[in-house]
Amino acid sequence: MTKHLRSISELNAEGLRSLLDLTDHMAEINRRPIPKVPALRGKTVVSLFYEDSTRTRLSFETAAKRLSADTMTFSVSTSSANKGESLRDTVETIEAMGIDAVIVRHKSAGVPWRLSDWLDASVINAGDGWHEHPTQAILDAYTIRNEAKKPFEELHVAIVGDVKHSRVARSNVAAFTMLGARVTLVAPPTLLPPSLVGWPVQVSHNLDDVVGTVDVAYCLRMQLERQEQSLVPSLREYTQLYGLTSHRADRLAEGAIIMHPGPMNRGVEIDPEVADRPNSVIAAQVTNGVSVRMAVLYWLLGSGTTLGGSDV
Amino acid sequence: MSETLIVKGGRVVDQSGSRLADVAIEDGRIVGVGADLSGGRILDAAGCVVSAGLVDLHVHLREPGKEEAETIETGSRSAALGGFTAIVAMPNTTPAIDSAAVVREVQELGRAANLVDVYVAGAITVGRKGTHLAPMGEMAALGVRFFTDDGNGVQDGRLMRRAMEYAVGLGVTLAQHCEDDAICGGGVMHEGEWSSRLGLPGQPSETEELMVMRDIILARLTGATVHFQHLSTRRSLDYIRQARAEGLPVSAEATPHHFTLTHAACAGYDTVFKVNPPLRTDDDVAAVRVALGDGSVDCIATDHAPHTSTDKELPFDQAPPGMIGLETALALALTELHLPIEKVLSLMSWQPARLARAIDAHGGVLRAGRPANLCVIDPLATWTVDASAMASKSRNSPFVGRSLRGRVRHTVFNGVAVVQDGEATR
Repeated sequence: MTKHLRSISELNAEGLRSLLDLTDHMAEINRRPIPKVPALRGKTVVSLFYEDSTRTRLSFETAAKRLSADTMTFSVSTSSANKGESLRDTVETIEAMGIDAVIVRHKSAGVPWRLSDWLDASVINAGDGWHEHPTQAILDAYTIRNEAKKPFEELHVAIVGDVKHSRVARSNVAAFTMLGARVTLVAPPTLLPPSLVGWPVQVSHNLDDVVGTVDVAYCLRMQLERQEQSLVPSLREYTQLYGLTSHRADRLAEGAIIMHPGPMNRGVEIDPEVADRPNSVIAAQVTNGVSVRMAVLYWLLGSGTTLGGSDV
Repeated sequence: MSETLIVKGGRVVDQSGSRLADVAIEDGRIVGVGADLSGGRILDAAGCVVSAGLVDLHVHLREPGKEEAETIETGSRSAALGGFTAIVAMPNTTPAIDSAAVVREVQELGRAANLVDVYVAGAITVGRKGTHLAPMGEMAALGVRFFTDDGNGVQDGRLMRRAMEYAVGLGVTLAQHCEDDAICGGGVMHEGEWSSRLGLPGQPSETEELMVMRDIILARLTGATVHFQHLSTRRSLDYIRQARAEGLPVSAEATPHHFTLTHAACAGYDTVFKVNPPLRTDDDVAAVRVALGDGSVDCIATDHAPHTSTDKELPFDQAPPGMIGLETALALALTELHLPIEKVLSLMSWQPARLARAIDAHGGVLRAGRPANLCVIDPLATWTVDASAMASKSRNSPFVGRSLRGRVRHTVFNGVAVVQDGEATR
């Protein structure tokens, strides 16, 4: 069993499937009148967010509390990091208080790896730069498993948008293909990674060609500053070519679902009306986030010997 | 008169060839090279190669301004332990070496350390900002023969043209760090398979190649002598071959890390592998090795770039680029390049001595009358790289733990054994 969750590549297909099964148990807890169990009583979990986040931070903290872990929140604006303290000094100071896991988000890729070099605690990556966001990918896989009408091995997933700068896309490609899905990246060449050597994906520059063939249309958030960097001529043109417009959403196959990691730019990568359609599972993604993060925390910090055992 | 020092029992290798001979040294000069010399203190060279001291065209000594990472004294000691008797100090200090005053300070500190000859490279532009020419004439008057904005390439083609024209009048060499900022856009490693996977902004090979091409074109236009620093891509080396074939006065260096490491080393986000130009592909490494062997590249230079652990503990995209290299360069060349030792010494001693315009005191032929700057190398000694055992103030070596063959036993600087049996004596 691994100690950290820094990357989807730290899991194998069997481990990922058992994590999804464990998430089912956690979802059951979350449906109880009092959604709280003592599984991680006495464990201390720190969330270390060097970058703004609403849903991921709250989702992790809710997950930790429902498992009865003690939580500490480090927010950069009120910390010594503002006084020039180094990352290493900050995390070693926090660890000296006695902690079991660090949930870290940072704008620089690779920070979770450096932390795990310095700390004994488990390190959970809550997003590192453009690199990975593994719990997002697990909750997306869980959502697909619940909502799609076919098993993973028969699914075609289109990930549409700014793959180049997306940690969600990197983790999702790894997780979805590990579970057997076929993945197509749909983006202009300027928003794809410079090299796709070793990526088990297909690529398309034409969403209209792809949209009728997919079981999952996964829209990525389009950062507004990309047009200033001339990666696209304008957001308007981006929407015309790569937005999930009403017209394109109408062409989705029967049973196909619409996903987005949030926060959405309604009217840019997704039409406002499309996001609220019955086949949109965007709200379910958020709900499942808590259950998935409970599963991850329990898996890394719990006894772990019997997944979904008597204390859960 | 000081005592006579006899370097005894070694094989002398220099620009003129190789022979079994002892070397006698008095008053800082070689007084005899021949069989069975005696009558002085013996420096044992049995089983060793006795060479002209090594010369490094590319060293960051960090003083003035960043003495917590390295000083001229600690960097000089590190150089001596690596077999060097002359190094060229890059001007990206704080303040930059862009005036006679700072040149003098670095020269004086180099003389005070008295471990190697510290030659100073001056900045091409004021503050290395790339906007106005630095007073190259006043620096040249103090003996500066090498000008570079190293760390930055001079972006403005018109300014670089003027610098080259001006350099012709002074008879000095311009050295360029080739990196086109407009193309690279903040890349922190080689752009390719690994940067894509790791989610890090990359700089493509073309970032370097574009400036190599431009400066070859400007060298043709101006007739300036241009040295290309730390070349790292296959096509950069091809451009240099073409320029040489055309007879342009260009030269080039390559670093040990660019002939040994690839971008795959960045996989764990360890900033010790962050360097500029970045570690590139297997194909580029192979091309650098070929170019060192076939003479397209004139010399090996370390780009010794010390950084404190605090700075190197920043996240990968924020950490400063660079790695230390003075104490591992020779062994890496001997272990990795599979070239005859004569060729390695040509790349590390007499060729760079010529380019540094240091041949009165370094490189060349070991014969009576020459300044006694030499190193004694045990070519078969094997050792394991240990950063904590290094004389450099910094520890950012990417080669820690690597087993290498070939080690400096003694370094003689101006007739004094500043390194003896692998230990610094001053």
